[in-house]
Amino acid sequence: MTDTQLAVDIRGITKRFPGVVANRDINLAVAQGEIHAIVGENGAGKSTLMKILYGMQRPDEGTIAVDGVAQDFRSPTDAIEVGIGMVHQHFMLADNLTVLENIVLGNEPRRGPLLDVAESRRRINELAETYGFPVHTDDLVERLGVGERQRVEILKVLFRGARILILDEPTAVLVPQEVDELFKNLRELKREGVTIIFISHKLDEVLSIADTITVIRAGTTVDTVDPSEVTARQLAELMVGSELPTPETRESTVTDEVELDVQGVTIRTDEGRALIDDVTFRIRRGEVVGIAGVEGNGQHELISALLGTHPIDAGTIRLGDTDIAHWSTRDRREAGIGYIPQDRQREGLLLSSPLWENTMLGHQGRPPFARGRWLNLKGAHRRTEQTIAEFDVRTPNADVAAYSLSGGNQQKLIVGREMTAGPSMLIAAHPTRGIDVGAQAAVWEQLRQARAAGLAVLLVSADLEELIGLSDTLLVIYRGRIVAQLDPAIVTAQELGSYMTGAHAGSEASA
Amino acid sequence: MDLLRRIALALAAPVLAVVFALAVSSVFLLLADASPLEAYSSMWSYGTRSDSLISMVNRAVPLYISGLAVAIGFKMGLFNIGVEGQYRIAAVGAAAVGASVTLPPLLHVPLILVTAVVVGMAWVAIPAVLKVTRGVHEVISTIMMNAISVGLTAWLLANYLDRRSSETSLILSTGLIPESGRFPSLNPVLEWLGLELRTGSNLQGFVVIAALLGVAFYVVVWRTRFGYELRASGVNASAALVAGVNPKAMVLKTLFISGGLAGLVGMSQLLGFSYRYTTDFPVMYGFNGIAVALLGRNHPFGIALGALLFGFMDRSAQILDLEGIPKEIVVIMQGVIVISVVVAYELVRRYRQDQEQRAVTRELAATEGGAGAAAAA
Repeated sequence: MTDTQLAVDIRGITKRFPGVVANRDINLAVAQGEIHAIVGENGAGKSTLMKILYGMQRPDEGTIAVDGVAQDFRSPTDAIEVGIGMVHQHFMLADNLTVLENIVLGNEPRRGPLLDVAESRRRINELAETYGFPVHTDDLVERLGVGERQRVEILKVLFRGARILILDEPTAVLVPQEVDELFKNLRELKREGVTIIFISHKLDEVLSIADTITVIRAGTTVDTVDPSEVTARQLAELMVGSELPTPETRESTVTDEVELDVQGVTIRTDEGRALIDDVTFRIRRGEVVGIAGVEGNGQHELISALLGTHPIDAGTIRLGDTDIAHWSTRDRREAGIGYIPQDRQREGLLLSSPLWENTMLGHQGRPPFARGRWLNLKGAHRRTEQTIAEFDVRTPNADVAAYSLSGGNQQKLIVGREMTAGPSMLIAAHPTRGIDVGAQAAVWEQLRQARAAGLAVLLVSADLEELIGLSDTLLVIYRGRIVAQLDPAIVTAQELGSYMTGAHAGSEASA
Repeated sequence: MDLLRRIALALAAPVLAVVFALAVSSVFLLLADASPLEAYSSMWSYGTRSDSLISMVNRAVPLYISGLAVAIGFKMGLFNIGVEGQYRIAAVGAAAVGASVTLPPLLHVPLILVTAVVVGMAWVAIPAVLKVTRGVHEVISTIMMNAISVGLTAWLLANYLDRRSSETSLILSTGLIPESGRFPSLNPVLEWLGLELRTGSNLQGFVVIAALLGVAFYVVVWRTRFGYELRASGVNASAALVAGVNPKAMVLKTLFISGGLAGLVGMSQLLGFSYRYTTDFPVMYGFNGIAVALLGRNHPFGIALGALLFGFMDRSAQILDLEGIPKEIVVIMQGVIVISVVVAYELVRRYRQDQEQRAVTRELAATEGGAGAAAAA
């Protein structure tokens, strides 16, 4: 900011892969000491651009200059040498080493053949102090929370002398409080003159942290804007190149028929600590009940209790007229519980299997996927092709492996598979996490249609806008208990936030 | 074109592995002062004789069944290392039961086979139950059960089952299974087909059972709901769990099938050749079955090729001693094949994954580009 020289000056970068152009004529000017956000849909070419800047890939055309000096990176080592550091979305830390060991790894201060622990600690503390990054150097990384791990990642990069930080979707794994903490740290870094390139598709966050925003669409830079002059909506429209739908559902479709009735459900650890404690709520047909909460407050256990993947210690769960509290997962799924998992790769897909086997997953015992004990391959193919067409899954055919689809298309396939199975109740956990704006709009639309069709929907999400926009009733879960029932029509994100962090005690009936 | 490509990719790994193994073995042959070319050519000419081919098939049968037993576990991510112990104890049990009764053949043979299956299952039941109730890893428990099996079979044979014909014989043996309990030879079929057989050459009828087991394996794993759930558990256990697959039931069922198959491994030897269990009953089928399953990528057709390859090598190695070349060279070759095939499969898998991702991106880019152009116009 004090200097007119650019920290990073990228001009006319083009990168072709066989058959596709991942980047085409990219121009990016990052001033020294600024936080420069790069936004774009998944697959727009952000990652390729960052890989080029970090020396992991070489561009076919174009130039890169760092601090005014033209560079031709052959490997990340070259990029690190001129002070570029990358914090990956998926942490690259060794769990069984300490914070100190992780930070110095690959760049260890030595005394003879041995690691100079004292010197390492001194230098880390110095960095931590300069940048306001509190870390306990002797903790094992496996004991750290996600936010702390990220700090370790950043420190590790700084330790190598980086002055230009690339953060790839740094908030994707963080809860709201940790995001605030991260932003505080980033501002601190900026004050010390570090240049930050921040990749994201969470527009509100980008607006709050960035000094400049560059939008990438379909492999090229479409605009560079000042965050004080745009709204999140305008930014999103720049990203997708068209007008956007919102997550709002008006017009209540809530009926009087209770589809899911959860009474006093409790799960305790072996030591007797309650993971979820006396949870009671109802979902009527045509109703979306949103569960708001900071991650790790019992959402996962609640879903496990409903799915039957974890036994409950007390309470009843009724689906329609039947108590299903002690049914097997299979019986519950077959009785009509659909599930959109929060981590599609972990719980939702068989990545190496073809799409038609993925559409069967969770419905493998029923037509059209099976006839009795036998699989119906034709039926499975037909259903998959139907799902692909109806839910706009972008794929050449039903036989490609699931890993070859983009995240958004994988999610559309999962949503489609659950919807076409005709569930009476749907559990949607973070249904739009990590997918691009286009796919997000499609998923919201599906949820809205499901609700209109009389489905009872339990929506667990960390995206407050999504929760407020889609839910008919909002429940806040805090330390395993439902602490508030709120009306999404009146509640604000700030209010919701204060319930989620336990700042607001007691329950407030406003619905 | 696409199909050809797929077949080429599927064959690339094993072919490369075999070539690599031949190269490595050549080094050892040279070290042993033997000519690799001569050794290979005499192995080839001996191994492709008609009686050698029959021997190859006979040798492949137990390896094949053992490979199937291992593969069904691999398919759901379970490692039944205990096939070795399971087939040995099952063979002892089957031999004892088979020798103790005389029944019509249609009852006697099934009785022996059912005994073998049940004993195999019973032997795997202990690791299976330990796994689902106590979380004991099956690799550890099945390996330990192998050791127990070796000791137990020896002890049973020495103390209770020994019916050796003369006290002076050094080889302990169960009683002889009567005619009615033996499996017929396929020689009449070969003769009917007009093939000339060398004396002593005998194609064991059990090869039919092995083939049927292979077909059943394919149908169960790829055509039934159970098989789908088994494969889903193997690919992604957490996804299978929320899809309603009960992991414990799945572990039990799979290990029981594996143990049951393992029980049949020794049956071609018992019912088609030796008719009794002796202290020199062939060993190592269980461990070689692991190698064969790896070679065949857990597919019944691939396992058949792997088993036949091992059978061929075992048989053709017999000639090496006559040429003054240590036949153990073949064991080295087999080991190198297995290790290099695992590496080669992984390389091919990555290549294929990469190709597929590119193909999908390309096709989508093409259609999207077309749509974009249409919208612009």
